[in-house]
Amino acid sequence: MIVPFEHILILAGLLFFIGMGGLLAWRANLIMMLVSIEVMLNAVMLVFVTGSARWGNAEGQFFAIFIMALTSAEVSLALAMVVYLHRRKHTVNTDMFNELKG
Amino acid sequence: MIEQTIFYILAAVAVIGTILAITEKHPVHAIMYLVTSLFSMAVIFFLLMAPLVAAFEVILYAGAIMVLFLFVIMMLDLGHPEKGMSPGWRIWWPALLLSTISIVSLVMVIVSHRTEIAEPRAALSIREVARHLFQEHGLAVELVSLQLLFALVGALYLGKQPTGRDAK
Repeated sequence: MIVPFEHILILAGLLFFIGMGGLLAWRANLIMMLVSIEVMLNAVMLVFVTGSARWGNAEGQFFAIFIMALTSAEVSLALAMVVYLHRRKHTVNTDMFNELKG
Repeated sequence: MIEQTIFYILAAVAVIGTILAITEKHPVHAIMYLVTSLFSMAVIFFLLMAPLVAAFEVILYAGAIMVLFLFVIMMLDLGHPEKGMSPGWRIWWPALLLSTISIVSLVMVIVSHRTEIAEPRAALSIREVARHLFQEHGLAVELVSLQLLFALVGALYLGKQPTGRDAK
């Protein structure tokens, strides 16, 4: 380890909570919500790689690679859904999708 | 010593790039900032002895996923997203408050459990990582491939143009 373990954990926590703040603030815009989720998943990957380097086994890197595959699946589905919703309402504002409201 | 300096510089670049990406009004600019942040994260992964993850970060994250975002934003014809749509202060302050509370509590927990600096370990070679991955976690690789297939089918179904009697 080139730097203390805690510093990398704090960096990952900062990135994760910046992403969380962005997700909360941009809750009216579908595309910016997806961007914030990307930031959060990237911070989680940093934690796994740090664990892998700290304890010297490869499982953390596997989890990082699996998270990457999961993210690509999630993003492709979510963006297909954004295109579908935009085709219906011509907007990406989440407040406009309220047909299920009783 | 030089590696530590590079790590802290890259950490600053990643955090600042992410903050700019989150606060930017225009989605295309936000994604450009995020690509910068992801490149510095890739170099951090390389410093943490994970060259395979670093390469995948550049190829998959900064290359494929962000380009997918850009294509979708270009396809959608959002008009002028920088006018309106951006959250004002009334929406920002609860998010900032909650994030700050979470960050401060996390930092307090981490600092109170100080551990000694771990001794440097030998880096795993890519050959070794690949052998572990495919010999011991073959089922997980198959599950991930199934997941990607399902995502492909779902994206094809959702992206299909309505034809015939489906069209309104």
